[in-house]
Amino acid sequence: MDARRNWQDLPDENGRFGAYGGRYVAETLMPLILDLDRAYRAAKASNEFQAEMDYFWRDYVGRPSPLYFAERLTDHFGGAKIYFKRDELNHTGAHKINNCLGQILLARRMGKTRIIAETGAGQHGVATATVCARFGLPCVVFMGATDVARQSPNVFRMKLLGAEVRPVTSGAATLKDAMNEALRDWVTNVHDTFYIIGTAAGPHPYPELVRDFQSIIGKEAREQILEREGRLPDAVVACVGGGSNAIGLFHPFVNDESVQLIGVEAAGHGIDDRFEHSAAINGGRPGVLHGNRTYLLQNADGQILEGHSISAGLDYPGVGPEHAYLNDIGRARYLSATDNEALDAFQLCARLEGIIPALEPSHALARIGEIAKEIGKGGLVIMNLCGRGDKDVFTVSEALEKRG
Amino acid sequence: MSERLAKCFADLKTSNRAGFVAYVMASDPDHETSLDILRALPGAGADIIELGFPFTDPMADGPSIQLAAQRALKSGGSLRSALKLVERFRETNQNTPIILMGYANPIEQMGYDGFASHAREAGADGVIIVDLPPEEDAELRTQTAKTGLSLIRLATPTTDAARLPKVLEGASGFVYYVSVAGVTGVKAAQSGAVASAVARIRGATQLPIAVGFGVRTPEAASAIAREADAVVVGSALVDCVTRAVEENKAQDAPGRVERLVQTLSAAVRGARKKEGADA
Repeated sequence: MDARRNWQDLPDENGRFGAYGGRYVAETLMPLILDLDRAYRAAKASNEFQAEMDYFWRDYVGRPSPLYFAERLTDHFGGAKIYFKRDELNHTGAHKINNCLGQILLARRMGKTRIIAETGAGQHGVATATVCARFGLPCVVFMGATDVARQSPNVFRMKLLGAEVRPVTSGAATLKDAMNEALRDWVTNVHDTFYIIGTAAGPHPYPELVRDFQSIIGKEAREQILEREGRLPDAVVACVGGGSNAIGLFHPFVNDESVQLIGVEAAGHGIDDRFEHSAAINGGRPGVLHGNRTYLLQNADGQILEGHSISAGLDYPGVGPEHAYLNDIGRARYLSATDNEALDAFQLCARLEGIIPALEPSHALARIGEIAKEIGKGGLVIMNLCGRGDKDVFTVSEALEKRG
Repeated sequence: MSERLAKCFADLKTSNRAGFVAYVMASDPDHETSLDILRALPGAGADIIELGFPFTDPMADGPSIQLAAQRALKSGGSLRSALKLVERFRETNQNTPIILMGYANPIEQMGYDGFASHAREAGADGVIIVDLPPEEDAELRTQTAKTGLSLIRLATPTTDAARLPKVLEGASGFVYYVSVAGVTGVKAAQSGAVASAVARIRGATQLPIAVGFGVRTPEAASAIAREADAVVVGSALVDCVTRAVEENKAQDAPGRVERLVQTLSAAVRGARKKEGADA
């Protein structure tokens, strides 16, 4: 590990995190993402933009989210003290709104008048539809037809909020196809449209700006733990699909070398050559998809595989490029949890803490006991509880029934 | 630049006409039928062949070519099998340039050096990779330069004057002007806008200019053939395969593609003559 490096300086001006990231898009989009990059640099330097973000984060989203000592879970495992960063208490029930708010304020600064987004489970779609309603901009959400069918409550929420949900039937009709379709829409409506990407992936500058908007999670957590415990945590832990909540938690700690960064990927039915998982880092190889080079689930010919996870929010064949980089240099490590382990953790958290977590952070919860024991008594661990589980109760009840 | 491609454009210039570029997808609807389609193209009037190789996530393509890629993958198609097709095509044709067109990831997995040398040995002349803009194609550029493959770059309606030199620097073979902001085969190209874009690019490069993405009809092809050095048609040809497959007559696909290429290439060949006669 290169101890002298300031990791917070990445990506470089070409959008690279080491070998990962970049801008692998059609020429039609290149001028647009260069324009977005310039607009983002200007916004980042603007006090007015920051003040606007702060206002909406506080009064509309409900930030800062609490840092909660999960006392009964800590006693249950008997290791390090476990804290939850409670981003599930945000407006719309997950961390997704942190980023949507930042991007729509940027879209307004750029004079864009139409918003598009992709969604898998519908959480990012709901968050995007929410900010579009708040700022009065028309919103089209692309969603795989398969997901439209299995996530109908979120489809209804988006419609209530005034968004148009466009089912995508191409390919396998899931999240990656929805992202393809959103890119096709963007390339067709270049003049008025802003694409709000939901995860820390896509062409530069998206991985950077999504990370920056989500870093409010880690910034708050760092201040809160210093105030509460008078020291930094020994580890911060989060689930990783595309990895936006994880990078938001990790980033403010990345130069604190005493703090372990631990991601947990979705192992689905197990990580093997059936590819019935969504663990791009643990079970994939580097390649190029959706504008960036990163770890991907793919076959030997470079065709992208669908993968699987019980959690629709983790069910994506890639991962944000900064995670790929943090993995390779050894600054972060990436564990995994299966569908069954996540289901167990989901129930444990509900019973011991009175908090029904989303299936996504249930994957992080599934590893938190081992991590807390490894660090041991006297240690401190923060886990991002990035979403609430209301949306998942039917999926879980069905899965538990099947499991018997 | 590939000699075959250079000779092709030199001959077109001598006969004062635009070239017709036919795009088809490798292994669509299956390997053998697509070889039959390829073999029929030169005789039907295709001056250059663009051979698509399939990718699961073709983000710059409209519904026609998306379906073609899915059929190709279902029949076992891959970048490797596309190179195999080029090799077999070259057994009977040494003159018609073939440009490989597709997305970066299959090449990333094969390796840029392995890809370029295999493609050259198979008899390909150039390559267009949609999601490798100039900022990201350094590895490919090194290998195409080493093997003599042409690296064909895309210019689009959003490529402004400030950016155009970046697109042209290191480009070879020809410049592919994407005539509409959008995906393949959906919006129709406006010939007036295309004319001024072609003039703008001509002012900045000696390379021939091919125009594609929104050209489906003989009228449209003819209008563009008056301005550009070559006209590309893809989705309309691929649709012939789609219809044949939907009617359970996949064996008719080569004949249907051949007839459409005859019509379109005749329109392209006649375009400047007609203009001369009118004047």
